Amino acid sequence: MMRRSFLAAAAAVFLASASGAAEARDLTIVSWGGAFQDAQREVYFRPFQQATGIRFVEDTWDGGIGVLRTRMQSGNNTWDLVQVESEELLLGCEEGLFEKLDYARIGGREHYLPEAVHECGVGTILYNFVLAWDRARFQGTPTWADFWNVERFPGKRGLRRGVKLNLEFALLADGVPPNQVYATLRTEAGIERAFRMLDRLKPHIVWWQASAQAPQILGSGEVLMTSAPNGRITNANRTERRDFGIQWAGSLYTIDSWVIMRGSPNREQAYRFLQFASNPAVQARLIPLIPYGGTAKGANDGLPPDLLAVSPTNPENLAVSLMIDDQFWLDNLDRLSQRFNAWLAR
Amino acid sequence: MQEIAAIEMGKATAALDHRVRRAGHGAKVSAALLVAPLLLFVIVAFAAPIAAMLARSVTDQEVAPVLPRTLEALRGWNGTALPDDAAFAALVEDLRAARAAGTLPVAAGRLNHDRAGLRTTLIASARRLAAPFEGSAREAVLRADPAWGEVETWGAIARARGPWTDFFLLAALDLRRDAAGEIIAVPEEKAVFRTVFLRTFWIAALVTAITLLAGYPLAALIALGPPRLAASLLFAVLLPFWTSLLVRTAAWMVLLAREGVVNHALVALGLFGAPQQLLFNRFAVVIAMVHILLPFMVLPLYAVMRQIPPIHLRAAASLGAPPVSAFRRVWLPQTLPGIGAGCLMVFIQALGFYITPALLGGGADQMLPYFIGFYANQTVNWGLAAALSLLLLAATLAIVGLYGRLVGFGAVRTA
Repeated sequence: MMRRSFLAAAAAVFLASASGAAEARDLTIVSWGGAFQDAQREVYFRPFQQATGIRFVEDTWDGGIGVLRTRMQSGNNTWDLVQVESEELLLGCEEGLFEKLDYARIGGREHYLPEAVHECGVGTILYNFVLAWDRARFQGTPTWADFWNVERFPGKRGLRRGVKLNLEFALLADGVPPNQVYATLRTEAGIERAFRMLDRLKPHIVWWQASAQAPQILGSGEVLMTSAPNGRITNANRTERRDFGIQWAGSLYTIDSWVIMRGSPNREQAYRFLQFASNPAVQARLIPLIPYGGTAKGANDGLPPDLLAVSPTNPENLAVSLMIDDQFWLDNLDRLSQRFNAWLAR
Repeated sequence: MQEIAAIEMGKATAALDHRVRRAGHGAKVSAALLVAPLLLFVIVAFAAPIAAMLARSVTDQEVAPVLPRTLEALRGWNGTALPDDAAFAALVEDLRAARAAGTLPVAAGRLNHDRAGLRTTLIASARRLAAPFEGSAREAVLRADPAWGEVETWGAIARARGPWTDFFLLAALDLRRDAAGEIIAVPEEKAVFRTVFLRTFWIAALVTAITLLAGYPLAALIALGPPRLAASLLFAVLLPFWTSLLVRTAAWMVLLAREGVVNHALVALGLFGAPQQLLFNRFAVVIAMVHILLPFMVLPLYAVMRQIPPIHLRAAASLGAPPVSAFRRVWLPQTLPGIGAGCLMVFIQALGFYITPALLGGGADQMLPYFIGFYANQTVNWGLAAALSLLLLAATLAIVGLYGRLVGFGAVRTA
């Protein structure tokens, strides 16, 4: 009896939730959580609700194409607008997880930086992995070549533990022009060349893993220079009163995008949101809170010089940066990670 | 009469026996029922997910449903030259069907684990072959992507036939199969896991040895010392238990930093002229692991030592044994069960350390769990992550089994 009534109750709950899912629900926006989503709420979500009266709920995730895949396969997807990294954008688009965007409804393709335009998603923030140093310990503006030159500038160097980013930095330090980096890496000789450069620096490298470690080892004097996400460096300067420098030349950037999940019942509201979020004046309000660059043309107009200097989409900064080639890494991450791990273990 | 009485007695005894048995049976049933919820919980929440994860190390089910015709055509292919035209034609059909069904990316991702670039080869070929083409399937496929002209490309597909595979387990041992199915070693510049296995066991053994050397006198002091001292020492040993592992690891980062307490002290004492790099090396990993695992060594030792009657040592001394041989022949043998239990607990826990080496170690100090995490999260190669887990589990069980053989679990006492 008890079991039967329990089953009946479970079935009732299940049916209720299933029918609830089919009913109209509020626009669900999903982002990375933490301080970043707090900033997004202030800059985008709340003003959007005030301007349009459209209600929304928020969720957070940590990324991973498997999460999106499982949601779509289970037929129980409750997410509408999701912020994804560039690799998830590529993979999810191939797999048909996302709606193809109608750019006419969100200002047209020319409204955005060309790199931010993709058929399945529109870029929302652009951020860089830069060379950072502590001005209290190092005078001047080091380049990647200086980063590799431990004879002239003795001291440890911080790099992210992993093959991605480091092969690019190694080639840049070896004098490969930015626009030739991935073409070089697509040859075996280029891979060899990058690993030879890493070999030279290996005894002097301190490997960081979590992004927060980069400013930490820089501030504690563990390293003289390090690669780091630009946002962490600017935040350390703002909140911990550090005097860290950022070298934009030879930095690598990537873009996070908004996607609309396929079959979303809130597509209309999602487009309204994307339209609202495409306004450069709105995007410019993010920079004072968190130093990620807006992707609409004109998002840097009118910024005061101190904010302009730390904005990744400041045209001056963008011109000397290189976009991470996701296609290259999707193909080669398996193989090169294996080799990198073996190299590191020796 | 006596006989009757005896028979009656016998009956009564039998009835009693029966009742006792029934009572025993009833107790067993109720015991089983009491345990059932926990057992069920352990199976559902613990054993089943682990088994499902480990199963991924020997199963291969991502390619077969997507490329069934191709695999059928490759049945009996010897792997030394390109397959026949039927395989090319089957591939075209499979790619078209998979593209329409949207199932291609998962299979493409699996093949990319085997051979770099195959992900793009499959996706791009499917796109190019979707439209009708002139000429033979072989020519069209080779036009779509020159990778189809390589034997190893077809070998990768044939290897992923499933449902069972040794691909991941071989990869976890730095081995692979070539297109013809022979097991060969991976090139030296890509061999990593055997080194990592050895390193993991070496670090765990080193940490176990140091905790034993440091923990043994400490446990003895707690067991034999004056009660007040013993209580405060025991408190000091237990204190780290109440702080999280992450906090303890981070504390070592602060202590060992270039401008940290330890470096300041060393320079102030004149031992070094300038601050040394104490972080991001093997030294930092081992010292933090010893600190974190020390309670697991001290507590079993203390539990065993407390039960050794102090009169034994006094008796040895009164019979003329010098302190060293009294310790060696009377005290030490009685503490062996504690040594065994402590070493086993520390060693097995040390094998699974992830955060501490990740935060305090350098490139060559990462242990196996780091690589399991790496393949599970970074390259999303769950088969390889599962294979590494399986090998670690098997090696651990082998060591535990060996310990049971040599020392016996009866001798393990933890409290």
